[in-house]
Amino acid sequence: MKVLVSVKRVVDYNVRIQIKPDGSGVVTDGVKHSMNPFDEIAMEEAVRQKEKGKVTEIIAVTLGGAKNEETLRTALAFGADRAIHVKEEGEIQPLTAARALAALVKKEGAQVLFTGKQAIDDDANQTGQMTAALLDLPQATFASKVELDAGKATVTREIDAGLETLEVTLPAVITTDLRLNEPRYLKLPDIMKAKKKPIETVSFADLGVQPAPGLKTVKTAPPPSRSKGIMVKTVDELVSALKAKGLV
Amino acid sequence: MSKILIVAEHANGKLNAGVAKVVAAAQKIGGEIDVAVFATDGSAVAAEAAKLAGVSKVLQADNAANDHALAVVLTSQIVELASKGYSHVLVPGTTFGKDLAPRVAAKLGVPQVSDVMAVHSASSFDRPTYAGNAITTVEAPAGTIVATVRLASFNAVAAGNGASVEKVSVAASASANTKFVSLQAAKADRPDLQSAARVVSGGRALGSSENFSIIYKLADKIGAGVGASRAAVDSGYVPNDMQVGQTGKIIAPELYFAIGISGAIQHLAGIKDARTIVAINKDPEAPIFEVADFGLVGDLFQVVPELEGKL
Ligand SMILES: Cc1cc2nc3c(=O)[nH]c(=O)nc-3n(C[C@H](O)[C@H](O)[C@H](O)COP(=O)(O)OP(=O)(O)OC[C@H]3O[C@@H](n4cnc5c(N)ncnc54)[C@H](O)[C@@H]3O)c2cc1C
Ligand SMILES: Cc1cc2nc3c(=O)[nH]c(=O)nc-3n(C[C@H](O)[C@H](O)[C@H](O)COP(=O)(O)OP(=O)(O)OC[C@H]3O[C@@H](n4cnc5c(N)ncnc54)[C@H](O)[C@@H]3O)c2cc1C
Repeated sequence: MKVLVSVKRVVDYNVRIQIKPDGSGVVTDGVKHSMNPFDEIAMEEAVRQKEKGKVTEIIAVTLGGAKNEETLRTALAFGADRAIHVKEEGEIQPLTAARALAALVKKEGAQVLFTGKQAIDDDANQTGQMTAALLDLPQATFASKVELDAGKATVTREIDAGLETLEVTLPAVITTDLRLNEPRYLKLPDIMKAKKKPIETVSFADLGVQPAPGLKTVKTAPPPSRSKGIMVKTVDELVSALKAKGLV
Repeated sequence: MSKILIVAEHANGKLNAGVAKVVAAAQKIGGEIDVAVFATDGSAVAAEAAKLAGVSKVLQADNAANDHALAVVLTSQIVELASKGYSHVLVPGTTFGKDLAPRVAAKLGVPQVSDVMAVHSASSFDRPTYAGNAITTVEAPAGTIVATVRLASFNAVAAGNGASVEKVSVAASASANTKFVSLQAAKADRPDLQSAARVVSGGRALGSSENFSIIYKLADKIGAGVGASRAAVDSGYVPNDMQVGQTGKIIAPELYFAIGISGAIQHLAGIKDARTIVAINKDPEAPIFEVADFGLVGDLFQVVPELEGKL
């Protein structure tokens, strides 16, 4: 079984976000980037499924500019067999990303598309579901457990009400949640090996993909800041402060 | 004028409390507001929705296929209803809504707006990005606007309305490719995290699920819901549905206790709208103190039982 894993390059989760003074966006130049943490979980899952003998080939896909090659090398170090770089500069919104991923799922005959449940930059939480819709495939979002069998997947989902289990036929789209697994630390030999693995570069035109209508970003602003409060020294002080504000 | 379709989330014959907040967001857009209820028998849910202030009518689509609110099954029905002149489709920004809305948008060939936190006009909204550290104002293009609503940003509309309920028939069939297997429901013996006025959360510092009982005790004393940091959930102290933060639940209680939680940006993303934050942490440098209204440096194993006793 062939699986496709989408991996996005995002500002590292440890970076303190700075807004550009002109409100045109977030400062990304010279800022540490890494693979979207949810996509690391997706990669790890694909690799574990391969180690279990359920998956035969893992193809990592990224969409974006030249720097995304770094993200693909990370995916290859995780254990992807090969990688596809949909090379397009500029903003790629979820519906456009979904069109490209849908084209690749079809072209490769992938049985599962693993995506992260959300990318931690735009926090959209859309791309996997949109890809499933475009291909009329079942979707199992927010997965915390995945069992692959011939022709089907049993997926436990983290939803507000608890843990829901669905059975979907393959091909299917699965989006990963935090508790699915803990991604491995990459070892130097794997990172070295990854440098020799093949990366194919394609464009939207090659895939027959038209960019979709998108949202226009009017401006980006910092959130209203919370002012620092007061430090109390004892529990009694805390209790009277809360009582004074009518909170307890 | 806008014509807005809200998809009602519900479970066990009860309307989700978030729907009243989605109606509030719809009122900011303005226009006619209809609520669609997809269920096997949606009568009770529809009756509840009809009471919400500002709702024009409730559309009740009963079908056996709607048993488990599967996105694959609901999408075609929503697309069919939306084609009847609706300018907007709104859903709550819950796991239900986040699973569903992108599928509907993709079928309609439009982008989706995630987590609307403010409405500027019928097509312009604020939404959080980067764990709430950058607020982006977006303008949606022509076409149906499909959006999830960030519940923590809106106050529920009042009940007391008497909108009409119309039974509608839309094509729906059970999915051949998706089968519901089971739901391991979270125990609901405490106020719901997403609507509770008070929430007490514990972090990694609790050290075990047994120790978490001191958090529950404090919560029960003040009638609060209970939350947790990701570290506490990952360590298995509490179930996943209790995670508060960027990738868990986003909440806006009147009073929030962060106990043994360091205050990572991903956690703070979930509590930015809390009215009052109380932090208890043994590390005076913990980042949580930068956002807390009241901070107390101390060992939670001493402080929390003492606090519980004195409230
Ligand atoms: C002001 C502003 C300016 C921006 N400028 C740019 C820009 O110049 N260039 C740019 O690329 N983006 C830019 N973006 C971000 C872009 O808008 C988002 O990437 C897009 O909206 C997708 O949202 P998401 O990644 O949160 O999707 P989600 O739906 O949250 O992503 C879920 C999953 O889909 C997959 N996925 C999504 N996108 C990709 C991808 N590109 N490659 C591989 N897998 C993917 C991943 O598996 C990911 O985990 C900008 C955003 C803003 C707000
Ligand atoms: C992609 C991604 C998504 C994430 N999403 C979320 C999310 O949604 N929600 C979330 O919470 N996190 C999330 N995280 C994790 C986040 O970065 C932090 O790791 C996490 O919030 C830490 O939890 P904590 O504060 O309980 O643990 P720690 O950071 O370990 O903090 C424990 C605190 O307890 C204090 N302490 C220890 N002992 C005592 C004692 N006896 N008395 C008092 N205080 C004590 C310590 O001083 C410390 O400040 C995410 C991370 C990533 C990468």
